[in-house]
Amino acid sequence: MENVGALALLLAFCISLYAIVASVTGRLKNKPFLILSGARAVIAVWLLVTTAAGVLIYSLMTGDMRMAYVASHTNRAMPTFYKFSAWWGGQEGSLLFWSWILSTYGAVVVLTSKNRHRLIMPWALAILECVQLFFLILNAFVVSPFQVLALDKVVTSVPDGLGLNPLLQYWAMVIHPPMLYLGYVGFAVPFAFAMGSLITKAPGESWIHTTRRWTIVTWLFQGTGIMLGSAWAYHVLGWGGYWMWDPVENASLLPWLASTAFLHSVMMQEKKGMMKVWNMVLIAATFFLCIYGTFLTRSGIISSVHAFAESPIGKYFVTFLSVGIAATVWLILDRLPYLKSESELESVVSRESSFLFNNLILLASCFAVLWGTMFPVLTEKFASEKISLDAVWFNRLMVPIGLFLLFLTGVGPLFAWRRTSMESLRKNFQWPGIGMLVVVAGLYIGGMRYPYSIISLGLCFFVAATIVLEFLRGAAAINEKTKMGLVPAIVELTYRNTRRYGGYLVHMGMVLMFIGWSGHPFNQTAVGEVNKGDTMTVGSYSLKVVNLTEGETDDYVWDTAILDVSKNGQPLGQLEPTRRFYKTAKQGTAEVALRTRLNEDLYINYASREGNKATLQAYVFPLVTWIWVGCVVLICGTLVCLIPSKVARSYPRTEVVGVGKKNAPVEA
Amino acid sequence: MKKYGKFAALIVVILGSLLFVAMQGIQSSQTYYKTVTELRKMGDDAQKRHIRVGGDVQANSIVHEAGFVKFNLVQDKEVLRVAYEGRDPLPDTFRDGAQALAAGKLGADGVFHAQEIQAKCASKYAPAPGMAPQGLQPKAPATQGAPNTMSPNGASPGGDSMRSSL
Repeated sequence: MENVGALALLLAFCISLYAIVASVTGRLKNKPFLILSGARAVIAVWLLVTTAAGVLIYSLMTGDMRMAYVASHTNRAMPTFYKFSAWWGGQEGSLLFWSWILSTYGAVVVLTSKNRHRLIMPWALAILECVQLFFLILNAFVVSPFQVLALDKVVTSVPDGLGLNPLLQYWAMVIHPPMLYLGYVGFAVPFAFAMGSLITKAPGESWIHTTRRWTIVTWLFQGTGIMLGSAWAYHVLGWGGYWMWDPVENASLLPWLASTAFLHSVMMQEKKGMMKVWNMVLIAATFFLCIYGTFLTRSGIISSVHAFAESPIGKYFVTFLSVGIAATVWLILDRLPYLKSESELESVVSRESSFLFNNLILLASCFAVLWGTMFPVLTEKFASEKISLDAVWFNRLMVPIGLFLLFLTGVGPLFAWRRTSMESLRKNFQWPGIGMLVVVAGLYIGGMRYPYSIISLGLCFFVAATIVLEFLRGAAAINEKTKMGLVPAIVELTYRNTRRYGGYLVHMGMVLMFIGWSGHPFNQTAVGEVNKGDTMTVGSYSLKVVNLTEGETDDYVWDTAILDVSKNGQPLGQLEPTRRFYKTAKQGTAEVALRTRLNEDLYINYASREGNKATLQAYVFPLVTWIWVGCVVLICGTLVCLIPSKVARSYPRTEVVGVGKKNAPVEA
Repeated sequence: MKKYGKFAALIVVILGSLLFVAMQGIQSSQTYYKTVTELRKMGDDAQKRHIRVGGDVQANSIVHEAGFVKFNLVQDKEVLRVAYEGRDPLPDTFRDGAQALAAGKLGADGVFHAQEIQAKCASKYAPAPGMAPQGLQPKAPATQGAPNTMSPNGASPGGDSMRSSL
């Protein structure tokens, strides 16, 4: 069985090599049959990688304990659901998963754009297959998932496997890696089209239009993946946080920041023909950060500071990244004349300038996160001392960056193109601005003393107000004509320009998340060693220990504390924080007790127990639920963006007049 | 060029202030990774910096006292006395002989005052998402796809050693 899988990977490797050669030669020599055969080879690669993946899944499901991967990532007692997810539970499998998604995307590209983009297509496919080739090298020759266990040249099997880390046995953790990977891998497609259009010197923005939906979907997957990861950290790990600037978290955030910048700056190119070089740089940066993120999480280069072993794949990734980045930089430099901007920046108070600063800030934050993440590696290389930066450093830098971005979220979309008149500034910002000042003053008088939280909540109000006003103004105009009522008018308005109003919803989601983050300084913590009958307090809650119980199942032993919870003397019922200790994995997990409300969460973790004394960690997290609400709004907004607008839009370019005329479009 | 002047000035101001914020915090946020031996070599410098020191927990050295826990970290023959004064309960993996990382500062008395203890890998440094740390990988260096390959360690991937990094 495993031979079939290994053979399929080997064949896939050869065929993807063929696909590259065929597409490129076909394009250069103008041989349509070679181009066609290259495209078909991409489909063949998908079939072969799918076969390999099928073999691996079959082995996982049937529990073939001769195979090293199966034995170390599943056990017989595991639910089928988790057996399947073991596909991406370990290094070999997850790299195969990467490869499989990429090959699927390749096939989708071939099938959906058969007769379009004849010029760019072969190049785009060749570039996709180059990436595919790299991952197939890893799959087939470096970290094969089809290794079998053997002793003295005799294949052996083990009675049962190691199973999946109990911390990862949680629904969000099962869909989190696929989401992230769909995101990571997805950016290969816009990147391939961008490079294809550079190579062919194709005029205009066809690659942007072609890949716009693709980029948004990918961005959505990645954002959802990040969100699921932090939801898992909050609900499962028992430390009450959702983000700690850990290298693996940062690895997923980096491409997301770069792609967010990209999503914004392509609008500049679509509407004004500006920032062409910049967009190329951004999509390339996004793609390479995706590869880099995979590298970071898979190679153990950073976690090695926590005394983990390093894996052999590191040098392959470094080679691929250096070659890829060098080639991209050369290509962009070589094609600079084809990327001339069609218009110029005119005023600091304009839409263009807000995009510019949005990009600047996103990229600066991206660089800051990268720098902080790589700091241990850099200092070890250049100062021969391993030094890491803690979360305090990240927060000190990222909080102001985030607030500035939030501000831009409010003003940017309402600035006019080219320059904004005082009149329109007043119309758009007068009431939200006054409201913001009232909120800030109110919070200060109300006794709030954390400047960042005050500013953040003020800005949240400001941005939310501008967004709501936009919807209301548009809907009122429609309502006046059609008399359809305000709510249907809002739906109609959104449907007419899904991209714009979906975008506003995404911004609204961000605002809600900022509200959630603003609650952070008000977190309250209490740790108590308690006996049966004891009472501990956290914030305005008091927790009375009714009983401490324990028990055992086949899988684990457990301790539960039964608590009577009351707030300001009002009884609120019982909570039962539990801790488990898994026998086979020799690992403890926390089953946190949570009382979630929109204003605050009560979060209780049963930390440890000695004799009759249980250690409980109790937290109150104000506003934290708004983060998850914001995530949901953001996802909905993105989905709205994907619905085709009722009115097809062609986005006519603004006329280039006056000064700009001298720099009229270079491309024919 | 004059109108670009405004942009340039704004960009410089923004990036400059970010750089300032980044540099300002960088000293106090640094944590040095040291082994017990390396810590000894640092001399007086060791007392000024925030350090994460790694070593093995000496057998029978763990003593619980009111408000803190004392134990010794050993590496080769160097012994470092550690007093754990943090708030969080010690991880389950923290026991005699475990590899532990202690984060804190070295006091003038030669005792390392730790605020945080990780025993090889605490749950807080959990592997991300489906990304089990390297220690979970089977130590079976069998060649790709081909069966019948010799791999002495591979036959029993059940030992505690493989799990240790979690």
